[in-house]
Amino acid sequence: MLFFNLVQTELYKIFRKGRSYIGFGAIAFIVIVIQIALFVDGESYLELGTQSLKDAFTFQGNLLNGYLSVFIILTSLWVHIPFLIALVAGDLIAGEAAAGTLRMLLIRPISRTQIICAKFLAILIYVLAIVVFMAAISLCTGLLIFGEGDLFVMKDILYIFESNDALWRILASFVFSFLSMSTVAALAFMLSAIVDSSLGPIIMTMSIIIVFMIVSSIDLSIFRAVKPFMFTTYMGAWRAFFSDPVEWQKIYTAAIALTSHIFIFLGFTIWHFKRKDILT
Amino acid sequence: MSAIPIIQTKALSKQFDKFTAVNNLDLTVFKGDVFGFLGPNGAGKSTTIRMLMGLIFPSSGSIEIFEKELKDNREFILGNIGAIIEKPDFYNYLTAIENLEILNKLQAIRLSNSKLYEVLELVGLKGREKSKVKTFSQGMKQRLGFAQALMHNPALIILDEPTNGLDPQGVKDVRELILKLNKEEGKTILISSHILSEIEIICNRMIIIQKGSKVVAGNVNDLLNYNELHVSIEFEDDSHVARFIKEHELLNKKLIEVVHHRYHFNLLSNEVAMINKIFIDNGFAVKALVPVRSLEDYFLNMT
Repeated sequence: MLFFNLVQTELYKIFRKGRSYIGFGAIAFIVIVIQIALFVDGESYLELGTQSLKDAFTFQGNLLNGYLSVFIILTSLWVHIPFLIALVAGDLIAGEAAAGTLRMLLIRPISRTQIICAKFLAILIYVLAIVVFMAAISLCTGLLIFGEGDLFVMKDILYIFESNDALWRILASFVFSFLSMSTVAALAFMLSAIVDSSLGPIIMTMSIIIVFMIVSSIDLSIFRAVKPFMFTTYMGAWRAFFSDPVEWQKIYTAAIALTSHIFIFLGFTIWHFKRKDILT
Repeated sequence: MSAIPIIQTKALSKQFDKFTAVNNLDLTVFKGDVFGFLGPNGAGKSTTIRMLMGLIFPSSGSIEIFEKELKDNREFILGNIGAIIEKPDFYNYLTAIENLEILNKLQAIRLSNSKLYEVLELVGLKGREKSKVKTFSQGMKQRLGFAQALMHNPALIILDEPTNGLDPQGVKDVRELILKLNKEEGKTILISSHILSEIEIICNRMIIIQKGSKVVAGNVNDLLNYNELHVSIEFEDDSHVARFIKEHELLNKKLIEVVHHRYHFNLLSNEVAMINKIFIDNGFAVKALVPVRSLEDYFLNMT
């Protein structure tokens, strides 16, 4: 019961803070801007993407549809959402330490482990809210503006998913995105327990993600050896839902790797926080 | 006073790298004490209090509160303590009542909302319950700090510099509240301060620490030796006072120093009226006669 109260108060604190809504606002803004841009200039964008195929295929029907717009949003936003997540997760402990409220919390009859677990559960709920919001707003605006249609995905080969086959793949991608963003949240949360300044964990989280992404994108043998140990390697595995058949093995591996990272980050956070002297 | 120890530390030490903040501190607070924890800034008071509240882990030594080891009984002990640690900090974006509601939810026994309003009234924040804390002055935050410390009716209250930021009326209210809690409700109270006069007024026992170590501990009356007073005398016109004192055997013997036209004497308590009379009889109008006792002076006497 006490733990439930603790989670409730942590959620209350998150959702009473203005900065928690920056993520929702930014997502709404970007999604709408992308949808408008596609509405205005989508045909030429599509023309460019299908140019090489026009000689061999004849395209019929509504190519620029709601599902394609959501797929484009998913591809472009997964780089930016971590920053919005880190903004809140990185502030959860360090922000309270900097404001002095952490000691007010820690002199209550609750164990430090319970406090960490409650805060972490609260941030997972926040991440879930962000992902659900992103899925809802992009699907609603996409389907409203462009309607339904078959989804064309150009990977190594061209995949065409029928309208009724596209939706579940998109929803599954959002579920996987939740796992990816939870890993980012766990990293920012861990750094938040180590550092006492509010901005430090946010900047550190983004720095780590950017460095990892750069390392991931450069195809050198020395980097290839470390890639399996970097969680960013697995964050793009949602694309495996857009293969036929679905690359389940790739998804399972990525899910296990990301979940392991979450537990490692959370475990370290608990271990460190239980030993930490609160000096602020 | 009862001899049941409520707080007992044995050889308590805290080391930060090469700096020793608290050094082998033995401290005992008995049930019903209003215990003064004195020391200059940086003496180790806050570090000790943070160790008592489980915020900082001791490097060595032990802490027993309510006759239980703190490290093994943290939740039980903290459930029975109300505390203000240094300056009270709250969620500035929430109102006073919302802050209390949050802290209330983290206690084993939850209070009703009407009880929380009562506590806010007790500390003088009636009418400001729904104001955001960011609009509060330091004194109002201090009062809210008292509210959160008292709301669960704890058996032990630990107050770290409780009158910081308060205006004179606030200081007086806090003193009266502390005495009321002790006398009427039997609370054991530990107060840290660097102001000796504050401790003198409300505490029955005290400890003085310096550089993390105990200087002296015991009953306030015994330690402060009320038989001997340090008195500062100021005159309407002191142009001939210095020569008069020099020629007077007793006054010359008792004079310590002259600071900004104030003449400081070290007197026995029965000599104060007599000295005053000597000056008046000899035509020196005494403007002010003030007992002076600073912590620094006390330290000098102790060492």
